[in-house]
Amino acid sequence: MKLENIIQGKAYVLGDNIDTDQIIPAEFLTLNPAIAEEYRQFGRHALAGVPPAQGGLPKGHVLFHKNETDLVSDYQIIVGGRNFGCGSSREHAPIALDAAGIKAVVAEFYARIFYRNAVNGGYIVPAETAERLCEKVCTGDELRINLEACIMENLTTGEKYSLRPLGEVVPILEAGGVFPYARSKGMLPS
Amino acid sequence: MIAYIVLLALRFSNELPAQGGLLDLPPMRIWEWKMAAQTLTEKILARHSGKSSVEPGENIWVDVDILMTHDVCGPGTIGVFHQNFGREAKVWDKDKVVIIPDHYIFTADKMANRNVDVLRQFVKEQGLPHYYDVGSERYKGVCHIALPEEGHTRPGEILLGTDSHTCTAGAFGEFATGIGNTDAGFVMGTGKTWLKVPPTLRFVFKGDMPPYLMAKDLILAVIGDIGCDGATYQAMEFDGEGVYALNIEERMTLCNMAIEAGGKNGIIAADQKTIDFVKSRDKASKPFLVEKSDAGARFARELVYDVRTLRPVVAKPHSPDNRAYVDECKGTKLDRAYIGSCTGGKMTDFRAAAKILAGKEVKIDTFVVPATTEVARNLKTEKLGNHTLEEIFLNAGAKIGEASCAACLGGPSDTFGRLNQAIRCISTTNRNFPGRMGHKQAEVFLASPLTVAASALTGLITDPREFLS
Repeated sequence: MKLENIIQGKAYVLGDNIDTDQIIPAEFLTLNPAIAEEYRQFGRHALAGVPPAQGGLPKGHVLFHKNETDLVSDYQIIVGGRNFGCGSSREHAPIALDAAGIKAVVAEFYARIFYRNAVNGGYIVPAETAERLCEKVCTGDELRINLEACIMENLTTGEKYSLRPLGEVVPILEAGGVFPYARSKGMLPS
Repeated sequence: MIAYIVLLALRFSNELPAQGGLLDLPPMRIWEWKMAAQTLTEKILARHSGKSSVEPGENIWVDVDILMTHDVCGPGTIGVFHQNFGREAKVWDKDKVVIIPDHYIFTADKMANRNVDVLRQFVKEQGLPHYYDVGSERYKGVCHIALPEEGHTRPGEILLGTDSHTCTAGAFGEFATGIGNTDAGFVMGTGKTWLKVPPTLRFVFKGDMPPYLMAKDLILAVIGDIGCDGATYQAMEFDGEGVYALNIEERMTLCNMAIEAGGKNGIIAADQKTIDFVKSRDKASKPFLVEKSDAGARFARELVYDVRTLRPVVAKPHSPDNRAYVDECKGTKLDRAYIGSCTGGKMTDFRAAAKILAGKEVKIDTFVVPATTEVARNLKTEKLGNHTLEEIFLNAGAKIGEASCAACLGGPSDTFGRLNQAIRCISTTNRNFPGRMGHKQAEVFLASPLTVAASALTGLITDPREFLS
């Protein structure tokens, strides 16, 4: 993934403590993300562990994939609450979101291993907001994130929300992950 | 000062890799040394980054002592390593890479078996000495228990593993934390990673532990107090006579669940028990450094517990911080009991369960899963009264599985003990988010082995004090 300043897409809203078992249940960890075709398959199982009532807030019971066999979701931005990505260290979690077509997650804060994996693997943008957006944004709303301006606009409602600056992880995200970053800095031979 | 002299000696004896080069870290200079009071976590991180001291929030590059991976994250890590360092590249230090298949072992799932083959092939190509292959005499089971059993944990070191419960090894006075495949691939090729120095939270346990409590009760009480995000990005140091009275396995249970509060690492300064354990296990007798937090070290927060006043605790569905005291939810009907995992499948856990189950029969399906093959062997030989622990469990009507992670994290559908229906289970494992043990509508209560065993006998959540005379 290359970091794009503008990220626009439909929102899929989740609550607090969305752990990595919900993002990608353990039964699918037999797929090896190092194999391109299996990487794509993770997209189909992304968010498969979210209990139906908690998927697609505020109503819930909103499917993340239109059809069960779809690899890619119609949604491009996930809005979550507190402690997004807690639990297991599995990098398959940001991988599954990336494979499902998610470009960014906007949450109040992240569990540290998920955040690190998202950045170092260059899979998705883990944006943070001081506002509790999982109670303001509705699943299906069209969102537009401007990373440089640290603003997210809800095009459906016209509301604007401020995002925290991504700070020191920007160069890693811009490079596309920790390996390209380390090469660009001469830490690793290119 | 003594620690610093030891440190210098280690540097000059090449025990610590020379700094500079790849990541251009500054060399440590003796005149930089000053008496800044530091926590144990800060000391370890400073030493591994070639600095005399570090500050919370500082980003540093550190040298890694041990990198561990397993069958679930190993294939992805190996893929990252090959992709970035080349198909012919060698790991940075063969002696520092430990590979322990443990997650999906006793399953007919072809993909799961394929992943163990990926590990096997890599180990063969690289000539790695520390591999514990499935189906061989060397097979161990759960990595976090296998690491200390096989002598891969030492005070003062940095251990990184592709598993969130890698923090278990903090019980040996080292910095241990979980990382992803990309980070692990980077470490595999360079022996280095960047870390943000965490502020340290200090948890002090005072008083003698009552016989009806276990480390699991203490850590569930802590997580209930601070929340499952209460230690995010922070180190959790455990201290006090209540901690040092615990045996090594119970200390591992405390540190194991630091991640359930979002902690970066859990840590307990080494004492004589730690030193004796480590020396008895490390065949290579590698030197290690025993340190503790300085008097005057800065802790972001300190919580003090009097263990004499605590009661048995459960975490109700669906979060490890959803704390309730057993006496508040006793009588809740259960379908299954599960005793196993890195946090609840050690000998101390089974001794506790056997004490309750001896001579009685369980009322609900009860699954017993030893963490490692060593624990499994000990169940066959260690006795309580006239029976081995294994006999006690079998006579009580429990089913005993093979050493592995098994149903702690669900896994393939044929996994021993997996919750394939929306049933209610009480478990000695460490995590109960939705779907963790299989079915996403299943309900998991986390509790100590004593509480789980007592509840297995009644089919209801039961206070272990009812069965302890």
